[in-house]
Amino acid sequence: MHAAASQSEIVKSTKLSKLYAGKAVVNKLDLTIDSGCFCGILGPNGAGKTTTLRMLVGHCPMDSGELSILGLAMPENASLVRESIGVVPQMDNLDADFSVEENLYVYGRFFGLSSVVLKERTKELLEFASLEEKAKCKISELSGGMRRRLTLARALINKPKLLILDEPTTGLDPQARQAIWQKLRELKKQGLTLILTTHYMEEAERLCDRVIVMDQGEIMADAAPKELIKGEIESHVLEVHAASEALLEQLRCDSSIARFEKSGDICFFYGEKLNHALEVLEESSHDDYLFRPANLEDVFIKLTGRDLRE
Amino acid sequence: MSKLARVWLFLARSQSIWSRHIRVWSKLAGPSLMGNFGEPVLYLLVLGYGLGQFVGEVEGLTYMAFLASGVACTSAVNAASFEGMYSAYTRMEVQQTWLGMLATPINVGEVVFGEILWAATKSLISVSAILIVSMVLGLIADGWALFILPVAFLTGLCFASLALVVTSSAKSYDFFLYYSTLFITPMVLLSGVFFPIDTLPNAVQWLSKVLPLYHAISLVRPLMTGGELTSVFLHLFVLATFGSAAATLATYRIKKRLIR
Repeated sequence: MHAAASQSEIVKSTKLSKLYAGKAVVNKLDLTIDSGCFCGILGPNGAGKTTTLRMLVGHCPMDSGELSILGLAMPENASLVRESIGVVPQMDNLDADFSVEENLYVYGRFFGLSSVVLKERTKELLEFASLEEKAKCKISELSGGMRRRLTLARALINKPKLLILDEPTTGLDPQARQAIWQKLRELKKQGLTLILTTHYMEEAERLCDRVIVMDQGEIMADAAPKELIKGEIESHVLEVHAASEALLEQLRCDSSIARFEKSGDICFFYGEKLNHALEVLEESSHDDYLFRPANLEDVFIKLTGRDLRE
Repeated sequence: MSKLARVWLFLARSQSIWSRHIRVWSKLAGPSLMGNFGEPVLYLLVLGYGLGQFVGEVEGLTYMAFLASGVACTSAVNAASFEGMYSAYTRMEVQQTWLGMLATPINVGEVVFGEILWAATKSLISVSAILIVSMVLGLIADGWALFILPVAFLTGLCFASLALVVTSSAKSYDFFLYYSTLFITPMVLLSGVFFPIDTLPNAVQWLSKVLPLYHAISLVRPLMTGGELTSVFLHLFVLATFGSAAATLATYRIKKRLIR
């Protein structure tokens, strides 16, 4: 039997690497995620987020390094590990041929769960996903938000210890997104360990108690969202839109400006107070500007740059 | 885990995939069965009566009786091939059903074997329909015809595995036309479905004898018409060998495609 090394370390990787065509997509990743943590992984497209998640479920053989999930070495124990994890994939792959409840039932059968157990869990999960009314509906009759909730419910059919979500709210409207957030918070409260990738900074900021910023297969930053904002970036940002060169020149005279960036016709001034710059703007007739506290997106842009990733 | 327990688990997981497929099929069973019954009826009646007038007896059988066993084997081939190509590809790429299964304890080998089992079941359903039609048309000699069913299943296993090898390299549905046109159709034409192969040149006869369909027909025809069965083990061996080699290759290639 496989002895569980440490139940508090749900994920542990050392120097985990994956290469495609000689290029490291995940580069010597050292990562430990403890039980009960809600961990968000942020990064531009191609940063290695999805590849990392695929390695966690054993869908991607590693090129070097070590990985253990729930104390079991991967990828040898992939099948055993998957008995105790739930996956919400980026692309919906619900069974269009089945009703809502059949989707849960058939998926549960893949885990070898008995009909009796599944009957009970299906009921619980439909309630959890607020889909009781839709139990008999076809998938094509569900809205995008309902489908995502069903995918989430399906990922919980085996009562997992770790839930992996790859961009769970992409393409949803704000109401549907908030509904998913609320479900995820409930799960976190129940003690589940969650790993989520997202492009929505707000999502990570609100949900996660730990945020990892990845780029080019490496970890750029790793801390609680508030600490990241505190530690990685100045406290405030002044965004000035479509300003004349002369005005910008005046603004830059503010000695409290720590950093200045230009992107298209928007200028970003980073600093603590920026009193002088704000006064200049008050006096000028230019009113297209925004002074705000720095957020996770500013951290993200600082760490990964403003260039488009395609 | 003991070896026996592993085999048991493998079969149980493959079976859960098979159950999923049969559940989908049962929702659309009406039109599907209509096809299973309708096509052989048309083939047997039109070709059997129409062409039979000109052909007369073949190997001591009415042409319709001769044709029935060929049509049964061809339908086993077609049912399994279609399922192993178009349907499997849909689940692999378009609907990503396999990826969903692979997020559970199920492994690629179990997905592939579940698909093969299901495709062979489709062959079994289709051949059963043909046997019923043949019985109604008085083309079945005796109870030995029941042994056609396991042969049909084995034929299905064999051609499902071959089809999955093709699917493992497919980039789109169009790719399957290569296999259908360059392999399946010539094989059907040359394996003794429509006429006995001893009319063909020697080299062509040899070619058809190394392909699996000929061996399926060699078993099914005597079982259906009360003829004498010869080289039973050789025929079974060829079907089983093609099937297991193809299943192994398909599993290896699909694993390479999905787990990368």
